[in-house]
Amino acid sequence: MTSQPTAPHILLVDDDEDFLYQHKIQLEHAGYRVTTAVTRAEAESIAAEVKPDLAILDLMMEQHDDGFVLSHHLKRLLPGLPVILVTAVTAETGISFSPNSGAERAWVGADAMLAKPIRFEQLKREVERLLGDRGQGTRG
Amino acid sequence: METLRVLVVDDETGMRLAVARVLNTYTVRPDESDEHAVRFAVETAETGEAALEMMSASAPDILLLDMKLPGMSGLDVLREIRERRIDTLTVMITAYATLETAIEATKRGAHDFLPKPFTPEDLRVAIRRVVRHLAVQREAKRLAEEKRQVRFQFITVLGHELKAPLAAVEGYLQIMKDGSAGSDPAVVSRIVDRALARTEGMRKLIVDLLNMTRIESGQKRRELVAADLREAAAAAMETVAAAAAARGIEIRLEAPDRAPMIADRGELDIIFNNLASNAVKYNRDGGRVTIAIDRAADAWRLRVSDTGIGLTREDAGRLFQDFVRIKNEQTRTIPGTGLGLSIVKKLAQLYGGDATVESEPGVGSTFTVTLKG
Repeated sequence: MTSQPTAPHILLVDDDEDFLYQHKIQLEHAGYRVTTAVTRAEAESIAAEVKPDLAILDLMMEQHDDGFVLSHHLKRLLPGLPVILVTAVTAETGISFSPNSGAERAWVGADAMLAKPIRFEQLKREVERLLGDRGQGTRG
Repeated sequence: METLRVLVVDDETGMRLAVARVLNTYTVRPDESDEHAVRFAVETAETGEAALEMMSASAPDILLLDMKLPGMSGLDVLREIRERRIDTLTVMITAYATLETAIEATKRGAHDFLPKPFTPEDLRVAIRRVVRHLAVQREAKRLAEEKRQVRFQFITVLGHELKAPLAAVEGYLQIMKDGSAGSDPAVVSRIVDRALARTEGMRKLIVDLLNMTRIESGQKRRELVAADLREAAAAAMETVAAAAAARGIEIRLEAPDRAPMIADRGELDIIFNNLASNAVKYNRDGGRVTIAIDRAADAWRLRVSDTGIGLTREDAGRLFQDFVRIKNEQTRTIPGTGLGLSIVKKLAQLYGGDATVESEPGVGSTFTVTLKG
């Protein structure tokens, strides 16, 4: 909505058009700048260009583990970029949504994992926590 | 190699020993292979009471039960087996089999009869029959379990497919309620459009689901009448005409003037509508759809070709399964239930035909449905 140019910039990646639009609206309303992407390739090129302050990624895009790979790439591209992985629950997808071993977790490098369906308040708390001092959107 | 436990209940020592001697050295090979060979371990009991005690501890696979026993009779033992729900297959051994006792024993759950006196070969024949019956029983059980699993899987996926649009609509209502959507008419209009698109998708899913359930349960009342495939194709073309025109897609019909067939008109509509709407949905802008109808031997052949995104061989292989939708960048925003082609295939099979696809990625796909009649 009325975020300032100085507001923290969030890269939001999901192939679900509705999830993307709803969270963009809510994050903008909370005062953040938001750029969206629907594929891993698109997200990587946008990230290189706009250098976001935080990324929110869906785990399952075209491939089941696209979110893991994207997280790994973004961490290499922008070291220190906080990454939140949003996942569909195991019961619905039949695949485990968290990396199993410490080595896997380190490779993925995500700072937080949230299971769908997520409440926006919960997402906002994680965003604020990970952004630290810069955590508040310009509208709070 | 499997060993079945056989319990012989007879008050004559000689009989018990004879049966044990024959069966302990007998092997049944139902399919000539050693892998599925069946051997027997024989246990014996002198009275019905003793047999019941042994069976309550652990039920044998096969029970050879003498009709005439001291104390409890064979029929009494059968009644107890039924009451205690002991899972075993009983062959009655009877010296004077009256029809009346045979009927009574069958009523109480006896599987077969072995008249006394019997030769070792008579015994082996009876046992072979029991083994075959057990194999059939097991296979039926395995199939029932498999069916249960498929059904469970289907319901799990269905639950997810129904929850997804609900979650999307709830999300939109939520951002309108909490005020984050604001009052920009363009935003509000997009929100309402998306919510409507998702409820429409959910409605289509429910319609597909009901159609499929009716086909599969065989409860759908089919009205087989003199129909014409050309007319059905033309009706489907009309249904998708607006969507095709909006994207500059041309639709052609190549069919004889008359293509008569005894069929359920509603079923033909479902087949043509699904194929025509897919051919438009997955086409490129300015592309072409060709619906061709011709006669091949004893069947009509319907071919719907598009100039669209096509399929990989791997995707084509699973396309007709329930809820399979090919997920990639090109299909991301195309709505669909994932049941349409599964329904088309099931309907084609009702007409003794089939549905298949040939496709080349980036060039297009041709769906072929054969209908006998």
